[in-house]
Amino acid sequence: MSTSPKETTVLQDVVIKFAGDSGDGMQLTGSQFTNNTALLGIDPATFPDFPAEIRAPQGTLAGVSGFQLRFSSNPVFTPGDLCDVLVAMNAAALKANLKQLKKGAKIIANTDGFDAKNLRLANYPEGVNPLEDGSLEGYEVTKIDVTKLTREATKDFTMGTKEKDRAKNMFVLGYLYWMFDRGMDSTISFLQEKFGKKDEILNSNIKVLQAGYNYGDTIETFTTRFKVEKAKMEPGVYRSIMGNQALAYGLIAAAEKSGLPLFLGSYPITPASDILHELSKYKNFGVRTFQAEDEIAAIATAIGASYGGSLGITTTSGPGMALKTEAMGLAMMMEIPLVIVNIQRGGPSTGLPTKTEQSDLLQAYYGRNGEAPMPVISASTPADCFEVAMEACRIAVQHMTPIILLSDGYIANGAEPWKFPNADDLPAIEVKFKTELAEDEEKYQPYRRDEKLARPWAVPGTPGLEHRIGGLEKQHITGNVNYEADNHEFMVKLRQEKVDKLAEFLPLQKLDSGVEKGKVLVLGWGSTYGAIKTAVSDLLAEGHAVAHAHLRYVRPFPKNLGDILKNYDTVLIPEINNGQLIKIIRDQYLVDAKGYNKIKGNPITRTELVEEIRKYL
Amino acid sequence: MSTDVATAPKLTAKDFATDQEVRWCPGCGDYSILAQVQRVMPDLGIPKENIAIISGIGCSSRFPYYMNTFGMHSIHGRATAIASGLKASRPELSVWIVSGDGDSMSIGGNHTIHLLRRNLDVNLMVFNNQIYGLTKGQYSPTSETNKITKSTPMGSIDHPFNPLALAMGADATFIARSMDRDPKHLQETLKRAHGHKGTSFVEIYQNCNIFNDGAFEIFTEKGTKADEVLFLEHGQPMIFGAEKNKGVRLNGFTPEVVTLGEGFTADDLWVHDEHDIFKAQILVRLFDDPRKPGHLPRPFGVFYQTDRPCYEDVMAMQLEEAVAKKGKGNLAKLLRGNETWEILG
Repeated sequence: MSTSPKETTVLQDVVIKFAGDSGDGMQLTGSQFTNNTALLGIDPATFPDFPAEIRAPQGTLAGVSGFQLRFSSNPVFTPGDLCDVLVAMNAAALKANLKQLKKGAKIIANTDGFDAKNLRLANYPEGVNPLEDGSLEGYEVTKIDVTKLTREATKDFTMGTKEKDRAKNMFVLGYLYWMFDRGMDSTISFLQEKFGKKDEILNSNIKVLQAGYNYGDTIETFTTRFKVEKAKMEPGVYRSIMGNQALAYGLIAAAEKSGLPLFLGSYPITPASDILHELSKYKNFGVRTFQAEDEIAAIATAIGASYGGSLGITTTSGPGMALKTEAMGLAMMMEIPLVIVNIQRGGPSTGLPTKTEQSDLLQAYYGRNGEAPMPVISASTPADCFEVAMEACRIAVQHMTPIILLSDGYIANGAEPWKFPNADDLPAIEVKFKTELAEDEEKYQPYRRDEKLARPWAVPGTPGLEHRIGGLEKQHITGNVNYEADNHEFMVKLRQEKVDKLAEFLPLQKLDSGVEKGKVLVLGWGSTYGAIKTAVSDLLAEGHAVAHAHLRYVRPFPKNLGDILKNYDTVLIPEINNGQLIKIIRDQYLVDAKGYNKIKGNPITRTELVEEIRKYL
Repeated sequence: MSTDVATAPKLTAKDFATDQEVRWCPGCGDYSILAQVQRVMPDLGIPKENIAIISGIGCSSRFPYYMNTFGMHSIHGRATAIASGLKASRPELSVWIVSGDGDSMSIGGNHTIHLLRRNLDVNLMVFNNQIYGLTKGQYSPTSETNKITKSTPMGSIDHPFNPLALAMGADATFIARSMDRDPKHLQETLKRAHGHKGTSFVEIYQNCNIFNDGAFEIFTEKGTKADEVLFLEHGQPMIFGAEKNKGVRLNGFTPEVVTLGEGFTADDLWVHDEHDIFKAQILVRLFDDPRKPGHLPRPFGVFYQTDRPCYEDVMAMQLEEAVAKKGKGNLAKLLRGNETWEILG
């Protein structure tokens, strides 16, 4: 497609980081490049990394917003550890990311972002400019005055300079499209959709995008362009999907497949809000979204809806979970279906709102007053959120229980190719409302149980089944308020048994990869999936006796998990927290598991994990 | 569903009682409120199974256990939010919320004001006894200043809420006050609340004979009631007093008590208009301490009523509108999205 005489090199695997000020549009640039990548059938994995402030002070290290993208002609499971290419829109962006560059990496620097003011804001000593002082000698630096060229490209437009400068990211994107030998149609149609009626903005953006491409084509920078071939993925039709989006789709699919209307009670919180935004779009699926006055009301409205026979959902992040705790206990006591979604972020308290962490597992497990067991399920990748959401809904309605679904910021905002299922092939979720008294029932017995120990779901509006439920201890079978000592102990144990019994209805744990018996089993949950998978597969390739098991069902664990753990000399549990799953595993299986814990608000990388696993080989 | 509703035997108050032993303290005002609700229900013509009573925590919140309808005794302060979710998803149900002054004004204050502004078509009964009964006698957000209780041995320093002014501030569409000791008035008020389309806020003065006995005596007992209570009637001048010779008139924006026959006739009095939002703002402020000399009488009845779209109706309309605009949701299309690519085998 290129008219350029320059030569094209085929690469296997590339990691690019777009970094700039929070206002520089790096997230958009990154996601555009990702889409373009995915549409070519190249496998991408992304890691958006942005500050908590909407606009942190311009030019400072705190204000650096980054979007890391890896794409490969082999299936990828992580956004990569070190970068091949860094786009640095200003000095702070360079400084913040230099440590994460491969030797000899390419740096594309916007020189306008390296003026005296920007250098000062990035805390470079007076008179020092990394672009000029030779400190970047080991890298291949391309200096482009993006601001100037953007203004030049838009000189025929009447808008103000400030508006023109907003298109800077398009210049960079165009340049990268040239560099990687891409077409630009996906971004042009994106711009058309976004700015459809605003001609001037639309046309100037397209102009700048093309200017960036042409700039690459014209000037003598790289002697080669790069191309990554399509990934060798499982045949089929794919689309790109982000975690929170997949989760929302999973909830909608569960509603369709169960025939229950979906009701979401939610209160905005990072990084969960996108589920609320996404579900709000699908009113034509009968989806009701209720933006509540606070986190407590959010779960309470979902409980009310579930009581009325809807598929009740609430979505939040850690601090919101803390607020919902009492209501979770109520849902557990009343034994009604409810899905509580926690998109974990760095804690404690407000913590690191835009960074990822897996530190709410113990909260999900134990964080309620009294003996209040509840199933916990966890998503591993963006696309996995779809299945996990459906599965959470299935468990909630079929086992009459609230269930906690754990995802995290990394999964929520990450994107990956998704071989989406055929809607007709998705399994139906059978729901049985109680509609009349059983033959041997004189009066409705709301706490009579089936083989799953689930009680009946009798919703208001059903004649003859009027009954009262609530948070007070229930008498077995009748559901009447009961304070008797023996009944309480019996009920506590029964509620625990109900959750434990769920394991009988769950699939057995499988190894994701590796040997059935051996030296090290890496046991993971959640967003560490990609790093573990990659690290283990590299070590397997070296001939080591390692394996990877990744948990979807965290409470209860699959029935065979204990047997699997016994097959290895060491069980290693990497987590983005201070050691949580490891406590539960040690407690339940008396295994001397080892932890690998990173609590830096970042995902665990393949490299550090390989090093860690080697210690036990 | 049965279609021969006309021939179905009319329910009685008894049909709404459960087999559970009522466990309020003997002499509690809650007994009367329960009796009035059970008496009113058969007249409302709602099938029993379509009634859901949601309560929070507190003495009053035991209410659902004694009503043979669907019911939920939930957690402290959250009944309003739970009822919102139920009503938003099941608009056809008749949803009643039972709450107390602590439950709805203190721990659940936030949900109460948001319920009122959203205007879901539910009835909120606030049993106000100006004390925390279930926790054995601490002052509540409606207790008068200086109140000596277990937690305030030197007197409470909190300024109390005026519940109706709070409801007015939250733009409630139906605001009323009644009392446990006046069964007829309470029944009428509940019927009006049910008849209102939107959130009905009904404050019910309820005597806690254990921890705050006689808090409302001056309004409820024969000797003083007539001179202290102003019963509101839409379109009628505000007349009260044992002799029916006292009235309230508006002097500019200021209400004042006048004696009929002493230079004033009924024509000079404030004529109650339930739909006048400005006057309702003044009316809810007739909240004088009855021990204060020259105080105004305390009004009972419907203070304010207006019509405003209900949350659940607009929500349902949006769903219909979305279907009309985009067609019924198609899961296959949703999952496929706009951009796909194929990997060939």
